[in-house]
Amino acid sequence: MSIAATQNRGFGATLWDYLTTVDHKKIGNMYIAAGAFFFLIGGLEALIIRIQLIKPENDFITAGLYNEMITMHGTTMIFFAATPILIGFMNAIMPLQIGARDVAFPFLNALGFWLFLFGGILLNLSWIFGGAPDAGWTSYAPLSLQSPGHGVDFYVMGLQLSGAGTLMGGINFIVTIVTMRAPGMTYMRMPLFSWTTFVTSILILFAFPALTVGLFLLMFDRMFGSAFFDVALGGNAIIWQHLFWIFGHPEVYILILPAFGIFSEIIPAFSKKRLFGYTSMVFATFLIAFLGFMVWAHHMFTVGLGPVANAIFAVATMAIAVPTGIKIFNWLATMWGGSITINSAMLWALAFIPSFTIGGMTGVMLGAASADYQYHDTYFVVAHFHYVIVGGVVFGIFAATHYWYPKLFGRILNEGMGKLAFWLFFIGFHLTFFIQHFLGLMGMPRRYWVFLEGQGLDTGNLISTLGAFLMGLGTIVVLINVIYTAVKGEKAPADPWDARTLEWSIPSPPPEYNFKKLPLVRGLDPLWIEKTEGKGKMTAAEPAVDIHMPNGSIFPFIMTIGFFIASLGFIFQVDNHLWLLAVYFGMALALGTMLARSLKDDHGHHIHKEELEREAD
Amino acid sequence: MSQDHSLNPETMPHDPAKATTEGKHKFFGLWFFLGGETVLFACFFGTFIALRNSTAGGPTSQELFGLELVFLMTILLLTSSLTSVYAIYHMKNNDFKKMQLWFGITALLGIGFLACELYEFAHYITEYGFTFRSSAFGSSFYTLVGFHGGHVVFGLSWLIALMVRNAKRGLNLYNAPKYNTFSLYWHFIDVVWVFIFTVVYLMGMVS
Repeated sequence: MSIAATQNRGFGATLWDYLTTVDHKKIGNMYIAAGAFFFLIGGLEALIIRIQLIKPENDFITAGLYNEMITMHGTTMIFFAATPILIGFMNAIMPLQIGARDVAFPFLNALGFWLFLFGGILLNLSWIFGGAPDAGWTSYAPLSLQSPGHGVDFYVMGLQLSGAGTLMGGINFIVTIVTMRAPGMTYMRMPLFSWTTFVTSILILFAFPALTVGLFLLMFDRMFGSAFFDVALGGNAIIWQHLFWIFGHPEVYILILPAFGIFSEIIPAFSKKRLFGYTSMVFATFLIAFLGFMVWAHHMFTVGLGPVANAIFAVATMAIAVPTGIKIFNWLATMWGGSITINSAMLWALAFIPSFTIGGMTGVMLGAASADYQYHDTYFVVAHFHYVIVGGVVFGIFAATHYWYPKLFGRILNEGMGKLAFWLFFIGFHLTFFIQHFLGLMGMPRRYWVFLEGQGLDTGNLISTLGAFLMGLGTIVVLINVIYTAVKGEKAPADPWDARTLEWSIPSPPPEYNFKKLPLVRGLDPLWIEKTEGKGKMTAAEPAVDIHMPNGSIFPFIMTIGFFIASLGFIFQVDNHLWLLAVYFGMALALGTMLARSLKDDHGHHIHKEELEREAD
Repeated sequence: MSQDHSLNPETMPHDPAKATTEGKHKFFGLWFFLGGETVLFACFFGTFIALRNSTAGGPTSQELFGLELVFLMTILLLTSSLTSVYAIYHMKNNDFKKMQLWFGITALLGIGFLACELYEFAHYITEYGFTFRSSAFGSSFYTLVGFHGGHVVFGLSWLIALMVRNAKRGLNLYNAPKYNTFSLYWHFIDVVWVFIFTVVYLMGMVS
């Protein structure tokens, strides 16, 4: 299949191409696009929450709808916006950084994407089918068992689908990095973003199964009458909290580590220096990941696990500040004495350092178990986790968007609009959340529908809401920027930033096979090494060869449709047993497709070297 | 690479399951998958241990379990793991017929295990009224052991599909990794059963 044939085709052909694609770059772009869509939905929900809290005893939305809003805002932002956008960047960029032509399991990659997308669609369908989940994004039992209607059922099935997809993505990335690095790309020469992709994938692999189990138990209790969380039959609701946080805490690092990786690419590139303390950065990443599994009970200090358990988890929690501090100082030292360019991507990176440090500091405060009894379930917690997730992850996503947009789409985002969006969002962010620390310390509980007048909470909440609108405005500017750039943007060369890593040694956007000849990597920052030695481009590690490519397939999409139908069946069979037919049909479709995929030989195809030479630019 | 051609002993690589790039990917991928599965079962075990005495007035594990049947099941499944080792041994010797034979025995032993498990569950339900819904102990027991049983069902379907699909065309570098990953998966199921035997049945008899 020639590359020229992929241009100038009709809408139907393009749609079919995307439905069947196994190309990691297209899948990455779809992840980012779908994640951005869910980000807008989650942002809208956030604005509705803030409008409700703009003044005391407001009645903008009902209490029930408010509960649905907070639940859906949290769930959407964590599972369907932040995680997939980051996975999108990992998918699109990591293989380019390690000099690979694709990921190890292209088919699984497509399946993972479709499962995530349909999980998100399923969750949001709950708005139409009788109400969204309303038990909070943590969905604690027994509240989640008491929740009427099907809201929580949609939560369970939606997360189960997308969780399976994420798990596949994680395994895929690990195997890709272990087996597919270019010649000379040793582990300790890998760019930091590839490193964090690797460590994040390990976290995904060991954390998501805990969520899977928790969701199964909740599903069985709600839909099939089991008694895991039913105290009357000997159940124990704390099991949900343990399972949820054994997953949930590593999930925080699944989000923040890729963002750390992104900043570790951007800061050296725009400081014109190699990353300070590369080895310690890698070590710190592993240490954070390891400790991340040891601290889940700090979400449960007030449950009553006892002083010994609380003390151990408190100490482990505070210990995470050490490797994180190492990283902060390394980024600062990278910039020290560097020749710094300040553009949109760098602005987000610069703003991240103080913002995230504030979030980390309140994290240590919350980690002090005895003090946590005061902070627990107040706006102080809300302020803390928005400082780390918005100040860390969302800033990282915006930075990555500016930095890698030229590589992914061949055009450079507009700088003026980029800076405008940054200042709107940055000021809005601190207006929204800084004041919430104090609201929390004054005793304002989180998740409450209204607050009373004359308790000193009025001004703070007003400021917070105004800030949220500034953030909304900033996001709209980013959106306009993307549309404007798609129409009129400046065409990007292969290496618009004079950067250091392998992805900048190939055209923007890269051809489907990424590297015509696999590059020979001679050290850390391979492209920069070639630049300093006057060559400016990578040396090939192989002669021209036929390139083996995987075939596209519609199977991942069909399989996902099968699981999607079965999920709807599971949800509605509680009301009417006829829906079990949907379960059987959906599972048969999904498993049948899996069988067909297994029985049908698929050897992929080759792009011949003659063809490659013809297409040489 | 002409992966479709049947191999003869001269052209056979030392380890056909890992001779191709795809084979290596499958090998690593399955190992990491099993890492995730370990966490999955660990969570089910944790839940079971927390709830195993929560019988809500229903039958307890001492009243329910009979070690004779469970011992037979253990023998069946452990032996099936051994026979799959023989099968992989014959794969490395490029003896397709013997490989199929030993995998066939593996499948039969697996089916035997499954039949015992179904009998066991039916026995608990009809004789003792001990169901998925009767207590938290019941829920956690059927979920843990049932998920293991579900893994056995999936493994058997996988193995049978592989054996039928490749019955006529013999061993090649395209299907060798598939057989190999199956056998890894099958060993894992076996290991999980060893823990179920210990934690659920043996500890259930003494506590």
